[in-house]
Amino acid sequence: MKRALIILALVGACAATAIFWLGLRSDPGDVSMTSPLQAPVGISTEERGHYLVRVGDCMACHTRQGGADYAGGRVIPTPFGDFYSPNLTPDPETGLGLWSADDFWKAMHEGRSRDGSLLYPAFPYTNYTKLSRDDSDAMFAYLKTLPAVKQPRREHQLQFPYNYRFLLVGWRALFFRPGVYQPVGAQDAQWNRGAYLVQGLGHCSACHEARNALGAVQSRDNPAGGLVLNWYAPALSAPAEAGVQHWPKEDIVRLLRDGIAPGASTLGPMAEVVYESLQHASAEDLDAMATYLKSLEPSQPPPASGAVRVPAHAVDDMSKRGATIYADHCASCHGEAGEGAPPAAPALRGNRAVTMDSAVNPIRIVLFGGYAPGTAGNPRPFGMPPFGNTLSNQDVADVMTYTRSAWGNQGRPVSSAEVARNRQGPLW
Amino acid sequence: MLRKCRFAALLGLLMLGSAATAAAPDTMAQRMLACAACHGAEGRATGDGFYPRIAGKPAGYLYHQLINFREGRRLNAQMTYLLERQSNDYLREMAEYFAGLSLPHPPTQPTQADPARLQHGLQLVRQGDATRGIPACNDCHGEKMTGVMPDIPGLLGLPYDYLVAQFGAWRQGTRHGTAPDCMAAIVAKLTPEDIDAAASWLAAQPMPADPHPAPSLPKPLPTSCGSVTGAGAAQ
Repeated sequence: MKRALIILALVGACAATAIFWLGLRSDPGDVSMTSPLQAPVGISTEERGHYLVRVGDCMACHTRQGGADYAGGRVIPTPFGDFYSPNLTPDPETGLGLWSADDFWKAMHEGRSRDGSLLYPAFPYTNYTKLSRDDSDAMFAYLKTLPAVKQPRREHQLQFPYNYRFLLVGWRALFFRPGVYQPVGAQDAQWNRGAYLVQGLGHCSACHEARNALGAVQSRDNPAGGLVLNWYAPALSAPAEAGVQHWPKEDIVRLLRDGIAPGASTLGPMAEVVYESLQHASAEDLDAMATYLKSLEPSQPPPASGAVRVPAHAVDDMSKRGATIYADHCASCHGEAGEGAPPAAPALRGNRAVTMDSAVNPIRIVLFGGYAPGTAGNPRPFGMPPFGNTLSNQDVADVMTYTRSAWGNQGRPVSSAEVARNRQGPLW
Repeated sequence: MLRKCRFAALLGLLMLGSAATAAAPDTMAQRMLACAACHGAEGRATGDGFYPRIAGKPAGYLYHQLINFREGRRLNAQMTYLLERQSNDYLREMAEYFAGLSLPHPPTQPTQADPARLQHGLQLVRQGDATRGIPACNDCHGEKMTGVMPDIPGLLGLPYDYLVAQFGAWRQGTRHGTAPDCMAAIVAKLTPEDIDAAASWLAAQPMPADPHPAPSLPKPLPTSCGSVTGAGAAQ
């Protein structure tokens, strides 16, 4: 008995040591690795940094609506509470004015602040850890050139127990391994450049992969996309969702750069990513991302989750009512057989954005409408009208149940409770 | 009867034809269908009372409002969401499209307000209140109150609910103009009774025969307004 207790205590001590070591160890990173992104000849470090900060879309989180660029203060709602982004301008009191390039590297590579405290992974250092030291330094050099804005940081409003920062030790031990991107030898430079952008700087997985109950990206166990900012970021590996393995490469580039491509367009948070970030990416980098995305191993559609099921006997009536609503409100643009009238109105027949298991996005689009981003490649987009005032939750459920199963579409029915749930929350 | 049937058959054929080609017109009207959901067909407003008519308002005014929604100076989540990722050029084009629509106005709704309240409203609109530093609405919004080109909106043809909501939004700080925000300064001096009276009187007026905004103001603005950059801005 006594011996068992001693063994138990020893095991416990070992586990605790392992957790603290894994969670708190310092990792200088492989500084010999240089960026796989070839910068144009003659460009200054600051200019290169500006480009990287844009492609990394730091602005999305670090700029408040109507606020000064990169001065922070934007709220990022999550299931754990509201995060408020910090100020990246060089103000010494409220921004990065006192930081060195080493401090910045420690944040990007190790997820630690200047004072050593652990950063919440709402800041996607789990992706940025893949960045090379020269890219991190260039980004920091650019941020130093910004006008210093005095804007004090707002404290995060997190629920118990997530408000205890020290618990991140355990989270890091379980889910975070620092490490600069290591090129895959079997792939060419273009593919590796794309992987570096998608996995690292572009931090696509921060939205497009499911997170577990502790907020860690869990792509290995679950190929689903992620629910983020009230939208569903579809899985990039699943051809039934956002997989582009079967697309021509130029269409992938168009979607990323212009926000619209044959048979697809971006709305919600992805429209923001295109508008602020990807439309400014170089042709080479867009091509590299398309190359990498095309090469992803196709995954099965993710398991259905979270939907309120519709009883089988109700589906026929819903579809019938939905067909009438469709004829009254939708057919004039989307066509009587869902054939669409591109570019003004996409086809709904055979449209995976309509039929994918998660109905979150099409529900939000019917309720709140939306415009694709007004990019240089698509400066005057057409828009979808918001029907949230005209149609009841049941109307929306009916018309969606109809469109998801008409004309050969094979999507599950949508319940009014699911529509009601998606009326709530901020719009993005 | 036969003629009616023929007409219906012809109409049916035409509709079939258009359904088969399914090419949406490459026009601003098609692009702006999303606005019609709340603001009514061609921006004429609906009977709802909360969403304002946008057709025929001065282009500069509409443009500033689109920018204000995009930048969060006016708070309406739906508007911000729709405009958030659009360029200044496109917003300008939207503003000019709606400003260029010259459409008939619906008849004014009968008012419920009592004569004393309407008299108080008329007083504020036409004369303001010098003792409290409140200028007359006329001084800026035009003698006929149909607005002044290119930046100042008209005040007629708007529902009572919408007008009161705007005064409320300035008081609550959910609507801002470009600094200096002249309307915010004026609204701060108004009592709830003033707002009710002015909105009641304005909402009860019929549109004049010529509902277009005035081309210019006869004299400079009484106060300086950041949103007014065109002709007539205060010295």
